[in-house]
Amino acid sequence: MNIESQDLYTQIILSMAALVGLTSFLMLGQGRLLRLIFVFAIQGLLLTLTTAVAAYSLDNHHLYISAVLTLALKVIFIPWMLRNEVLKSNLHRDVEALGNQTAIMLGGASLMVFSYYVLHPIVQTTSPVMLNALAVSLSVVLLGMLLMISHKQAIAHVVGFMSIENGLFFAAIVATKGMPMVVELGIAFDVLVAAVLFGIFFFHIRSSIDSLDVDLMNKLNEVDK
Amino acid sequence: MIPVYLLLSIAFVGIVFFALSGHKAEIGKINVWFNSVSLFATIWLAINVLNNGTILSADKAFLIDSFNVYLIVLTAFVGLTTSIFSNPYMAHEKELGKLTDKRLKLYYSMYQGFMLAMYLVLTTNNMGVMWVGMEAATLATVLLVSLYRTPESIEAAWKYFILCGVGIAQALFGTILLYYAAVQIGDGENALLWSELFQHASQLNPEVLQIAFVFMLIGYGTKIGLVPLHNWLPDAHSEGPTPMSAVLSGLLLNDALYAVVRNKMLVDGATHSDMAGHLMMGFGLLSFLVGALFLHRQKDIKRLFSYSSIEHMGLMTFAFGVGGALATFAALLHMTVHSLTKSAIFVTVGHATQVAGTQRMDKIRGLIKTQPKIGWGLLIGTISIAGFPPFGVFTSEFLVLLATMHSYPWLTLPLLLGIGIAFAGLFRHIQPMVYGEKPEGQQPVKANLLPVIIHLALVLWLGLAIPGFLAHWFSQATFLISGSSPL
Repeated sequence: MNIESQDLYTQIILSMAALVGLTSFLMLGQGRLLRLIFVFAIQGLLLTLTTAVAAYSLDNHHLYISAVLTLALKVIFIPWMLRNEVLKSNLHRDVEALGNQTAIMLGGASLMVFSYYVLHPIVQTTSPVMLNALAVSLSVVLLGMLLMISHKQAIAHVVGFMSIENGLFFAAIVATKGMPMVVELGIAFDVLVAAVLFGIFFFHIRSSIDSLDVDLMNKLNEVDK
Repeated sequence: MIPVYLLLSIAFVGIVFFALSGHKAEIGKINVWFNSVSLFATIWLAINVLNNGTILSADKAFLIDSFNVYLIVLTAFVGLTTSIFSNPYMAHEKELGKLTDKRLKLYYSMYQGFMLAMYLVLTTNNMGVMWVGMEAATLATVLLVSLYRTPESIEAAWKYFILCGVGIAQALFGTILLYYAAVQIGDGENALLWSELFQHASQLNPEVLQIAFVFMLIGYGTKIGLVPLHNWLPDAHSEGPTPMSAVLSGLLLNDALYAVVRNKMLVDGATHSDMAGHLMMGFGLLSFLVGALFLHRQKDIKRLFSYSSIEHMGLMTFAFGVGGALATFAALLHMTVHSLTKSAIFVTVGHATQVAGTQRMDKIRGLIKTQPKIGWGLLIGTISIAGFPPFGVFTSEFLVLLATMHSYPWLTLPLLLGIGIAFAGLFRHIQPMVYGEKPEGQQPVKANLLPVIIHLALVLWLGLAIPGFLAHWFSQATFLISGSSPL
């Protein structure tokens, strides 16, 4: 596959896929919460741009609505809410000591390779471009999980959770040109409610353990104490 | 189609009504009325389906066939009986000072929210909306798990939120892949409609669908509570209010399994292989055995029965995986009897914990002497869930064994072993709780055991003789799912 021989739309989609993947890696190695949220907002912006480009080139009006929803939710509302939370909990000066950075990054890289491996069978029926787009989406999903595993702050977990949603959204845009409108609205509604609930939870967690470090939530387990 | 709209709008009105209304003493009774109207709507719907067969709404948004219609009635029924139970239960919790008026309002509003999400999952014809409904069910119940605001309950709710959220995201990826396969053969807006997909299942790309099914099984499997994705389940059940445990075990798990089976039907049509079935058998058997073993180690009575739910959901997943007419029929029956029995058990467990003032099983003693109704209810419920004849659970488990013996004889051994282990695990805990002397100062509580009696009587009836119309539905649903008829 020679990228120069593709049409402009495909080239843009591929570049966007690369950039979205890159932002996931940037988040993975980020110990400062404010920067983590900033990178997350950038990822949201890339998604908005991708959606807008897709809407323009496919002349699909409902994708414009998706683009606006993404912009409002994932670039403005959620990062704003999380930022407030960080400032309120006085966490903006802390640098979270991430376990073994090298191992996490290598793990992330292997997850990306794994995504390509899992989705490889579909290359028989479709173009390599689609494989790239879907594999990057899947790796964004998996990297989001790795982010949640490697970070301890509840806020980082929410960022991971939302970036998983970003990966899914990217897959829906590039592979299928957006889901049916009713589904897309439903998903946006769920994301919004989830974001609000996370806000409520931060409040509860802080008032119950006086911190947002989820490692301190360890009362429930199967091992007798 | 009118009953479907009625059903959905009743639940929606319920959310808004409880959220906006000021506090009233009869708030629990009003909830019962809402659920009664819902049950009425579902029965109306069921009669329609019984007379006219499958109903597809004009805009193709809703599909009611013999597979989901009985689940819809079951959902409304368990929703109603649990609301009858939750009225005195929540009032008692409030008297103890565990809850405020505001949280009680939140509870009732989200109760209806959960019911709405469940009805949406069951009635929709759109695989994407089904996902949205499953996610909405998590969102509605997550604040209910943390209703008591203890550190443990907040931890449980957080775990539930994160694990189910991440898990169900996998199912969305699966749905996107399904859509991707579907747009290659059909038009965009209608491509996710189950009725269209099922009709053209054989044209769907098998490679893509296989990958999609793995993601769906992991995603919805998290909600079913399949091992090793079950971690949230015992915590959410033990820390939330007991009526919530009853509807989670009785309804949510069933509906997640329903979503998996719907997808399996598509995948089977596309791939013509047993891949989906084998995956479900593996996960199901693992959950069944792990659930049974973990019963022995429990100290908390609600955790005990949530592991029993994991065990039974594992058995159902296994049975759907085995496929074929007999196993599918057995799985459908087991879904019904398990959800009736388990919600009845949680009702008695709720009252038992209020009698003893604790959920720790070593502190709960002498229930029959303190309040015979609760003691006997718990004992009979446990006998039923452990699979004793003549209760319905025995019938369905026996059919599963029979089907397994027929198709995979060697797997009968682990199944029998699991049933034995589970039986021992349940009774070693239950026996000292119901028999024995009552501790000093233990007082009976105000309890309405009507739901328990009705549920257990129904399970007994299903064990002795399945009524004709129900058998007809089950066999039609079996024909739909497995392609052959059991009768």
